Amino acid sequence: MFIQAAAGISPQPSFGALLTEPASYAGNRLSCIEPDYSQLIDPKMIRRMSRIIKMGVAAALDCLKTSATEMPGAIITGTAYGCLADTEVFLSKMIENGEELLTPTAFIQSTHNTVGAQIALLLKCHSYNNTFVHRGFSFESALLDAVTLLQEQHASTVLVGGIDELTDTSFALLSRFGLYKKDISSSKTLYDGAAKGTIAGEGAAFFLVAAKHSGKDYAQLNGLYTFYKPRDITDIEKNIQSFLSDHAIGMDDVDLVITGQNGNVHEDAIYEQLAQTTFKGKANAVFKHLCGEYPTATSFALWLAANIIKAGVVPSCTLVNSNNKHPRRILIYNHYQNTHHALYLLSAC
Amino acid sequence: MSTPVFIAGAGVISAIGKNIAENLSALENEIPGMGEMVHLHSVHHHKLPVAEVKMSNAELAALACMPAHISRTALLSAIAAKEALGYAAIENFSELRTGFISANTVGGMDKTEDFFVEFLNDAHRGSLRNIIHHECGAATELVADQLGIKNYISTISTACSSSANAIFFGARLIRQNMLDVVIAGGTDALTKFTLNGFNTLMIVDQQYCQPFDENRRGLNLGEGAGYIVLVSEKVAASLKNAPVCTLSGYCNANDAYHQTASSPDGTGSYLAMKGALQQSGLQSAQIDYINLHGTGTQNNDIAEGTAIKMLFEGHYPPMSSTKSFTGHTLGASGGIEAVFSTLAIQHGLIYPNLRLETPMKAFPFIPETHFKKGVSIRNILSNSFGFGGNCSSLIFSKA
Repeated sequence: MFIQAAAGISPQPSFGALLTEPASYAGNRLSCIEPDYSQLIDPKMIRRMSRIIKMGVAAALDCLKTSATEMPGAIITGTAYGCLADTEVFLSKMIENGEELLTPTAFIQSTHNTVGAQIALLLKCHSYNNTFVHRGFSFESALLDAVTLLQEQHASTVLVGGIDELTDTSFALLSRFGLYKKDISSSKTLYDGAAKGTIAGEGAAFFLVAAKHSGKDYAQLNGLYTFYKPRDITDIEKNIQSFLSDHAIGMDDVDLVITGQNGNVHEDAIYEQLAQTTFKGKANAVFKHLCGEYPTATSFALWLAANIIKAGVVPSCTLVNSNNKHPRRILIYNHYQNTHHALYLLSAC
Repeated sequence: MSTPVFIAGAGVISAIGKNIAENLSALENEIPGMGEMVHLHSVHHHKLPVAEVKMSNAELAALACMPAHISRTALLSAIAAKEALGYAAIENFSELRTGFISANTVGGMDKTEDFFVEFLNDAHRGSLRNIIHHECGAATELVADQLGIKNYISTISTACSSSANAIFFGARLIRQNMLDVVIAGGTDALTKFTLNGFNTLMIVDQQYCQPFDENRRGLNLGEGAGYIVLVSEKVAASLKNAPVCTLSGYCNANDAYHQTASSPDGTGSYLAMKGALQQSGLQSAQIDYINLHGTGTQNNDIAEGTAIKMLFEGHYPPMSSTKSFTGHTLGASGGIEAVFSTLAIQHGLIYPNLRLETPMKAFPFIPETHFKKGVSIRNILSNSFGFGGNCSSLIFSKA
């Protein structure tokens, strides 16, 4: 499967050159740098859209524009939390007003498929449309749907994206669960020291994928694999090895590994161990100091990997541990709370 | 379709019963599940009838063998999924590549909306235990862990068409030899959030709903869960009880008309039904029964009926909306109706469309109003259409 285009809205200035001037953040919350939406969406429509819808729709439209595609053969989204802001508005009003005198707008826009539906509506796209909402597997599920749809030749191109927003309420609630670091002076120091907690993030990343080579592809996605609640580190290593063998390669054939360290000492222990075994001696880049931790953060990692292959440069802000130029094959390994583990294999076309 | 996907088992819980036997009995005796709400605590309790599962969370938890404090969405899901797996009776289940693909629309909202009452007063208050399973995927994982399913787990949420999409995503993973067995369908519990949401859209009937009636007033919300066990041809051949039906066609299309309303000409509905027929290789005349989406809203029924008129002109098969029994169970509806469809093929049944008084003037066809058994049914079309223009149709065929 080929990635014809990738576009993202993230806490980084991601619409321009690839992370040449990365943003760093003080504190434990990273918010998206939103573009001037009027360049992409009809201003009349923008007023009615909530933030996550704007981010998702803009990333999707930018992706189509980049690939010069007017109409995708399918639209598939992945989001763990869905449209949180609208959900909170309707829920709060419902409680405050004692279930009386409510208006439907927030409810209408609260359903998890709103972003995918709005894209279809704007494009007048009657084709296949699906939304996956499975925590740390939301984006991977959407991508697997795209892969299998292309294999069944039900579509020749698929627009697929991962979107999650962070709101004041969700940040407050997730903080109460102890997910985030209490004192962090800069996102650049995310991986320093052995502390608990990570930093919160959000983002929208869309990809136009196709079964056939277009001659202008960013990269080829050779494989995608997920595994759930592995027993131990040996089980994780076994899954990584068998994923590589399924694609008839070994670690020696991989030029760069992108891993999902998030600064939480308990969760990062897995990556530390792998650095001593499976990934030993490999060029390694990390990304969560750039986008924060969120269930669909792998969509940012895929955006990064596709751009690295296209540009032939690994941005130094990914803290890459070697001056690896022109990586031809990239492995992404991420786990979300040691429950949802994902592997992606990409190569140059 | 080149590689058939077989249905080896089914399980359901709804307002008309906690298992297949109870649901079938209510369908045969034409007993609807609507009534005044008992377990949902809403200010609308005297005004808006709902189709509630007639069990408390404690009773559901005992039946599901799960803790009573978790979301009702997960409890309902576990009960129906276990029944489905029980019927499938796959002996070497643990050695196979198994998946659980479930759908829902609001996840653990039944608990979140209680939590929010305290949280709105003080952001440090409210028991976190009540929101830990808020995400849609949480209910799926609670049940998957109980069933011992690890190879593939996912959750779909496309409003009212959610579980139809879960079923055909599962079928696709089997067809592409990624999995051997998939339990697919959906679940949703009644919540104040959805009840009030639909109520603001002014599409909730204050009486019992009358799908496809000229004077229909809206829908009744319901709750429940329904799953079917999809298996590969190889697994099907190994089963003691040979599967009685296959999933022979499916299609997902988008109406691309409005965020909540269907287009008047039912474009999305038409494309979904037509695509499913094409995939199954069947002519419309070969469909023996249509399980309608049939919510009872003005908008859905005219759009769905218009699409049926275009596609089935000249030979309308018997059709009915079983939402006249179960209410609209949202993310569970495609799963529950898939279960009803497989049972209809297995036992030769056609379900009645309750409370039909005045057939819609726009259409030359009239839904079935009486329960029929001993009918030869080879192919059933089941429709699920929803918000966001998401329209999906499934076709079940005799194996």
